[in-house]
Amino acid sequence: MGAQKKGEMGAQKKGDVGALKKGDVGAQKKGGARVSDESEEQSRQRLQAILLADSFTTKFRPVTLERPKVLLPLVNVPMIDYTLAWLESAGIEEVFVFCCAHSTQVIDYLKNSEWYSHPSLLVRTIESHKSISAGDALRFIYEQEAETSQIQGDFVLVSGDTVSNMPLADLIQEHRERKKKDEKAIMTMVIKQSKPSPLTHQSRLGTDQLFIAVDPLTKQLLYYEEDKIDHARGTICLDKSLLDSNPSVLLYNDMQDCYIDICSPEVLSLFEDNFDYQHLRRHFVKGVLVDDIMGYKIFTHEIHSSYAARIDNFRSYDTVSKDIIQRWTYPYVPDINFSGNRPLKLGRQGMYRASDAILSRSADVGSSTVIGYGTEIGSGDKILNSVIGNGCSIGSNVVIEGSYIWNNVTIEDGCEIRNAIVCDDVKIRAGAVLQPGVVLSFKVDVGRDFIVPAYSKVSLLQQPTKEDSDEELEYADSSSGTADHLSGLNLQMESKASELGPDGAGYIWEVCEGARDEEWKHSVAPIPEDKLAEITQAMDDDDIEDESVVPTSGELKSDADSINTDLNDPVDDYGYFEREVEGTFLRAVEEGFAVDLAILEINSLRLSYNMESADCAGATFYSMMKLAVDTPHNSAGELLRNAASIMTKYKGLLGFYVKQIDEQIEVIMKLEEMCQETARELGPLFSQILRVLYNIDVLEEDAILRWAEEKAGADEADKVYLQQCEPFIQWLKEAEEEDETEDEEEEEDG
Amino acid sequence: MDYQVVILAGGFSSNLVPLVSKEVPKALLPVANRPVLSYVLDLLESSNLKDLIVVVEGEDAALKVGGWISSACVDRLHVEVAAVAENVGTAGALRAIAHHLTAKDILIVSGDIVSDISPGAVAATHRRHDASVTAMLCTEPVSGPSESGGAGGKDKSKKPACYDIIGLDSSKQFLLYIATGAEIKKDTRLKKSILCAAGKMEIRSDLMDSHLYAFKRSVLQEVLDQKPTFRSLKQDVLPYLVRTQLKSEVFSDEKSVEENGNGNGKNNMQSNEVVLSQILSNASLPSFHQVYESGLNSRKTHKCCVYIADESKYCVRLNSIQAFMDVNRDVIGDANHLSGYSFSAHHNIVHPSAELGSKTTVGPHCMLGEGSQVGDKCSVKRSVIGRHCRIGSNVKVVNSVVMDHVTIGDGCSIQGSVICSNAQLQERVALRDCQVEAGYVVCAGGEHKGETFARK
Repeated sequence: MGAQKKGEMGAQKKGDVGALKKGDVGAQKKGGARVSDESEEQSRQRLQAILLADSFTTKFRPVTLERPKVLLPLVNVPMIDYTLAWLESAGIEEVFVFCCAHSTQVIDYLKNSEWYSHPSLLVRTIESHKSISAGDALRFIYEQEAETSQIQGDFVLVSGDTVSNMPLADLIQEHRERKKKDEKAIMTMVIKQSKPSPLTHQSRLGTDQLFIAVDPLTKQLLYYEEDKIDHARGTICLDKSLLDSNPSVLLYNDMQDCYIDICSPEVLSLFEDNFDYQHLRRHFVKGVLVDDIMGYKIFTHEIHSSYAARIDNFRSYDTVSKDIIQRWTYPYVPDINFSGNRPLKLGRQGMYRASDAILSRSADVGSSTVIGYGTEIGSGDKILNSVIGNGCSIGSNVVIEGSYIWNNVTIEDGCEIRNAIVCDDVKIRAGAVLQPGVVLSFKVDVGRDFIVPAYSKVSLLQQPTKEDSDEELEYADSSSGTADHLSGLNLQMESKASELGPDGAGYIWEVCEGARDEEWKHSVAPIPEDKLAEITQAMDDDDIEDESVVPTSGELKSDADSINTDLNDPVDDYGYFEREVEGTFLRAVEEGFAVDLAILEINSLRLSYNMESADCAGATFYSMMKLAVDTPHNSAGELLRNAASIMTKYKGLLGFYVKQIDEQIEVIMKLEEMCQETARELGPLFSQILRVLYNIDVLEEDAILRWAEEKAGADEADKVYLQQCEPFIQWLKEAEEEDETEDEEEEEDG
Repeated sequence: MDYQVVILAGGFSSNLVPLVSKEVPKALLPVANRPVLSYVLDLLESSNLKDLIVVVEGEDAALKVGGWISSACVDRLHVEVAAVAENVGTAGALRAIAHHLTAKDILIVSGDIVSDISPGAVAATHRRHDASVTAMLCTEPVSGPSESGGAGGKDKSKKPACYDIIGLDSSKQFLLYIATGAEIKKDTRLKKSILCAAGKMEIRSDLMDSHLYAFKRSVLQEVLDQKPTFRSLKQDVLPYLVRTQLKSEVFSDEKSVEENGNGNGKNNMQSNEVVLSQILSNASLPSFHQVYESGLNSRKTHKCCVYIADESKYCVRLNSIQAFMDVNRDVIGDANHLSGYSFSAHHNIVHPSAELGSKTTVGPHCMLGEGSQVGDKCSVKRSVIGRHCRIGSNVKVVNSVVMDHVTIGDGCSIQGSVICSNAQLQERVALRDCQVEAGYVVCAGGEHKGETFARK
């Protein structure tokens, strides 16, 4: 199966290369010319970075349907500028920007920006259209690499939505030195302390809580688990070998993965070798840690004083924006020109204002706000903790709290906007209300007095429906498929039959079923109180369940475990075992091999499945009856004759396993079970089959009588077969009375 | 100090057959010619802990131990000896003597520890954190894990080295996880809730629980009452308390009323006191327990603390024959400050009344007890020889323990072996890694390796 899959993948990849080569040649020419220079300075490798300008997720939909995530404004500056400015100042000399979704938009932006002509940072783009995951992207880069060998050594791998101000040079040096000592140290990943909320178990960036284990001395990463909030699995399982080889292991719950990695070239080839790696963490890191590929190791580097965060979802958009306003990301703050942005003027209480912004005297602009160029704020407006872009016009008596208004937005009088994201060119008509967590995509028009319900996502584009069933949605990139969607959807602008009131335009996207509960977690809005109360309640309940799961004592635990496994496994195993025995038996019948041989085979099965002799008896008998039932027959009489002949023929086989009374009872039980469940036609023949078994000396009368005794206490429904056998049992009992004394003794022994 | 100390002295440990016998229970096994129990008593006395209960399994053993105690230290310490049934386990033993316990905190010590870690420090740590339980941890002793030594093939097969897996918080004050015994062999499963509350956890497999605990009496008694199946302190009670520390059940409301009010009400008071005292003393940040408690109403927590002994400290339990040999060797060797004897310039102790024949050498790290006689041309190296032994000529004793009143014939060679009291070795016996039961006579001229001599 694996080989087949590989074949397919290979073919697909070749296709990719063919399609994409042309587009990339331009970008590579420059690199070719420099190779000779670089070989001279082998000792000092250029600092290079790969920037993935695509997040390969759908978390920013519907906004990312129209614009790539890296170009979305973060406090009025596109995200990618933060990343590039940081890489530049950290001493990176060459950056490869991998574009996939909306690649033309990204490339155009870069061409028009000052980055293309930057004196110290060489920006190159790599374009691909078919990559649906970071894994694909790296494989694509690796293939290119084989032709051009632009990447000479260790490189920094970041995504285009990273905001950071950490120094990199020392870290790269550290990585290189470690690599020199230990060939297998192929990656260093950056972590930062950030304690997840004890209630929601997500970090302040809205990502799931992370459990990692690190060797405190070497900082080697030993365990990585990104935890979906899943209380059912309330435990972490550390492999025994892990603790054997490390006397001390540090387990963190309060760390955040910054998704900034220093990688050695081996990382690329690992992705190439493992074509099923898609996600950088879920597949690659896990693969290296768990599968122990070639003994490769990943190390961690904890940063303390510098900032690093990745915008993964709307909540992290909110958090990082606030961090920028609070100047944690210095020097990447709104009042400093770091990427050709026009710096704003910083006022008191963290108020950033463009010099030409027009504020009405009666407008109340509170702390931590950003107001962009050419924006007009009307009278009586109340603005708090919000970012307002360039060229917006805001009417009077508008309330804006904790929201992100992008560029050229028109907000008419009397609107209320709380904890929302409003994209470019949106029009919000008078009296409209945006409830918390709303996202309005580009050019949406909200009708007069319309109330947009909480957490709704509104777009002019209709929600694509087809990929809802797509299981690979998780890493199927939203935006990569966008081109197709767009052509399919054809920008249904004309449909004014809007869901946003009579004079509005836009569709409110349905939240797909599973995600509805999750919506509040990743939204820009803070988590409402009632949700928190709900979670607290749920946690209490969980704990109660939890307690019942946890065994009461260390010693009992081991016992309980072993009992459980003993109980569970055989249930599954028995099914397989039975089938195997049946197969063996059928072969014995077809090929006519001797009873001894069949016994030998069944014995070996018994050993390999760790079964009792009684199980063999049951399974063998089951196979015989099954054969009898499967043999064509016209009447019950014929069936009985078939069964009798099979049993007589193989009585040696059956007899081998039914030497004990218990095993014989097992056979009777099996017959009963079959009559009730799998082969109902045997039902009427129950007593006759029993009699046959008795006659061929497979069953002793003791066994039958014991079975009858046991059954006597059972429910009426269970007694059907007992009643059927009543005459036979009566006869047995009478026969028994003749040598009563002996039997009594035996019974006592039993 | 309002501490009551319980010494669990065991009975006739089967691990130590044939060293132990009806005459010599485990607690009275000699380490450098003193009963092992005396080391524990000295240690406790040095921390001014003098109110002791010695719990012995079995009436006979209790009589023996009691007899020794009354002769040895009745004047210095206030010692009660209590006998409990055999094989009840450590928790069972405590259950049996529960009515003797009255102090607020109980210090529980295993009777077979030879150590120089101050139990007072453990008790103080316990008080400082107002913990429910405090366990003493120590690093593996220098001489290596007691059971994995090279000698004694017999021991090897018995038990592999048994470490504990221990999870500590970042301040190394709280115990967040402990796995002992059979659980170590499996993968470690940690509860996320505790890790989430603490943020960081350090998992150590190089520390071991040294069987010295401080318990809050009310907690201990409640756990013992509530969980009648618990047999072992280390394997049941301690892991249970650690596991439930964030949702404490030991102080649940209904229980406390019945438990003469020393449960819940007291806990509330105590926790208030703690918070208050911390505010007053401005001691430190509140522990994660308090943060957790305040974050979620209606939650109760209790604290499980640890005292981690310094690496230079010595701590070994005498729980196997190998350990017995190690302890004897260490006490007259590397850890000789424990023995309480003063060593000669040759790093050995030869009692003035001992007689040495001509050309006999007693090397460093040796001990020769009172009234023993050693013949000519003998060599004793790194060994302990008891009182009133008679050793012939041309005898070699290396790495061995010879107890009291042993007779060794001429030309014997003893290596890595234990010869119990009153045993007799006839001429030219060669023993290597052997154990000889008390009073046994080994016939002349045999050569033995890794054997146990005992009357069947």
